[in-house]
Amino acid sequence: MPAILTIEDLRKTYAGGFEALKGVTLDIRQGEILALLGPNGAGKTTLISTVCGITTASSGSVSVAGHDIVTGYRAARSLIGLVPQDIALEPFERVANTVRFSRGLFGRPRNDAHIEDVLRKLSLWDKRNAPTKELSGGMKRRVLIAKALAHEPRILFLDEPTAGVDVELRKDMWNIVRELQADGVTIILTTHYIEEAEAIADRVGIIDGGQLLLVEEKDRLMRRMGRKQIELQLSEPIGEVPAGLARHKLELARDGCALVYTYDSQAERTGITTLLNDMAASGLVLRDVRTRQSSLEEIFVGLVSGDAR
Amino acid sequence: MNLTAIAAIYRYEMSRFFRTLLQSFLSPVLSTSLYFVVFGAAIGSRIDQVEGVSYGAFIVPGLVMLSVITQSLTNAAFGIYFPKFIGTVFELLSAPVSFLEIVIGYVGAAATKALFIGAMIFVTASLFVDFPVKHPLAMVAFLMLTCLSFALLGFIIGIWAGNFEQLQLVPLLIVTPLVFLGGSFYSITMLPPIWQKITLFNPVVYLISGFRWSFFGTADVPVGLSLLAIGAFTGICLTAIWWIFRTGWRLRS
Ligand SMILES: Nc1ncnc2c1ncn2[C@@H]1O[C@H](COP(=O)(O)OP(=O)(O)OP(=O)(O)O)[C@@H](O)[C@H]1O
Ligand SMILES: [Mg+2]
Repeated sequence: MPAILTIEDLRKTYAGGFEALKGVTLDIRQGEILALLGPNGAGKTTLISTVCGITTASSGSVSVAGHDIVTGYRAARSLIGLVPQDIALEPFERVANTVRFSRGLFGRPRNDAHIEDVLRKLSLWDKRNAPTKELSGGMKRRVLIAKALAHEPRILFLDEPTAGVDVELRKDMWNIVRELQADGVTIILTTHYIEEAEAIADRVGIIDGGQLLLVEEKDRLMRRMGRKQIELQLSEPIGEVPAGLARHKLELARDGCALVYTYDSQAERTGITTLLNDMAASGLVLRDVRTRQSSLEEIFVGLVSGDAR
Repeated sequence: MNLTAIAAIYRYEMSRFFRTLLQSFLSPVLSTSLYFVVFGAAIGSRIDQVEGVSYGAFIVPGLVMLSVITQSLTNAAFGIYFPKFIGTVFELLSAPVSFLEIVIGYVGAAATKALFIGAMIFVTASLFVDFPVKHPLAMVAFLMLTCLSFALLGFIIGIWAGNFEQLQLVPLLIVTPLVFLGGSFYSITMLPPIWQKITLFNPVVYLISGFRWSFFGTADVPVGLSLLAIGAFTGICLTAIWWIFRTGWRLRS
């Protein structure tokens, strides 16, 4: 798939001298959902702000569907919608009015049918005449999404869209994101919830200290980095790992009722067959077998704590 | 030029004004009435005439200017400061609009509001005293130029201000004294000679003098000079705006 957003060696040093982006290069493909993960202060918001024109880059370039964000800022920004991390709304303004304003600001002619459509999709239609200060936090977040969608952008940035949002609303949010993707919108979201990236992203990027540590297909990432474990549950508890199984580096678990074998699912030989043969030879009786794959979270923690650097 | 965006900003700002229509109009009307009670009736009854017109009529142009200057200034300053303060400025910065378009939207709305209020005071004043308008076109032109230039200044203050104190500092410490000492309530020929000289450094003197000329046909300083002064002032503000635009000063980090 072609890239709709191209970021090249993007650097940002803030006025105080702090280097928040240390040369980020990234291609975002048309129609994908990319999740950016990274600890607090990693540079996620700075990256988004720079692409959207809220801060200026110190060096490097960004182009949106072929339009440079500096020289072709009008064309570039028209394609982008942004939902910021911090909720900022005029307290006395009414919902429909502020959404209509956003559309006008982006130079699109008035289109009440589209505004209605967006408000309905986000379950805000009932609240269209309410001043924003009368809305709950989750509703305010959706108003921001509505504002970002008012001008029919092709690329949507969601900076921590589900921070402080309850489980049900988070699922709603994921559905909205999937629907938008079905409409052909490219989505870049940042999150601290790994299960969120696991649930909806096509690709995952991991940022730390202003650098992009990796970008990869979510499935491949999980397969590549994923270590698997087999838990072999025994019918009788044992005191220690039998000598005949020593070479498999098993761990004793569940008070001696289970043995845990950790292996790399991508390796040439996983060692499972010999393990099972050795088990039979040592006379142990199996009651049950369970496998477990490491989550993105474990991959993530492993990466930012320095394993991959 | 993104005309749709300019219109959107303008309409949005005006809707804020109309939402608070009553208090937008009530306070200038009330203060004008008070000025007339105090200056027109109480003090004015002891001053027969200034430059051939009754004192009550003489202060009308100054009163209109006083309100128009403070209104355009504070409206424009608040208009751009508010989004910065509550964070909604991100939307302006990420929109496909140029700085010029932002300026036109905000400054245009602030100037329009001030013009409304100026007209309101004009009408209120006409209920208290009779006064002529000898050059109506010039009057409207002076009024509009004043609204525009002080809205530009207000916009600059709004961008510069880092907190509410600073936002109020310039209007309070600089503009209000200049306006009060600018001959709103007296003719500068009434001052001792040395103060007549000093007062010529006050740009507001030229505005009020020119504006008063459009009412009564008489002025403290030549009308051409008044026009020149307001033109120069507008020019300075536009240059400052252009510089902010070039450098992104205080808007984009
Ligand atoms: N306006 C600014 N001036 C100076 N430094 C800044 C500014 N904004 C952000 N920073 C710094 O840049 C770094 C990256 O911040 P950024 O907001 O991009 O992080 P983030 O990945 O979005 O974090 P979080 O998950 O907490 O939102 C931080 O160290 C932060 O202190
Ligand atoms: Mg952030």
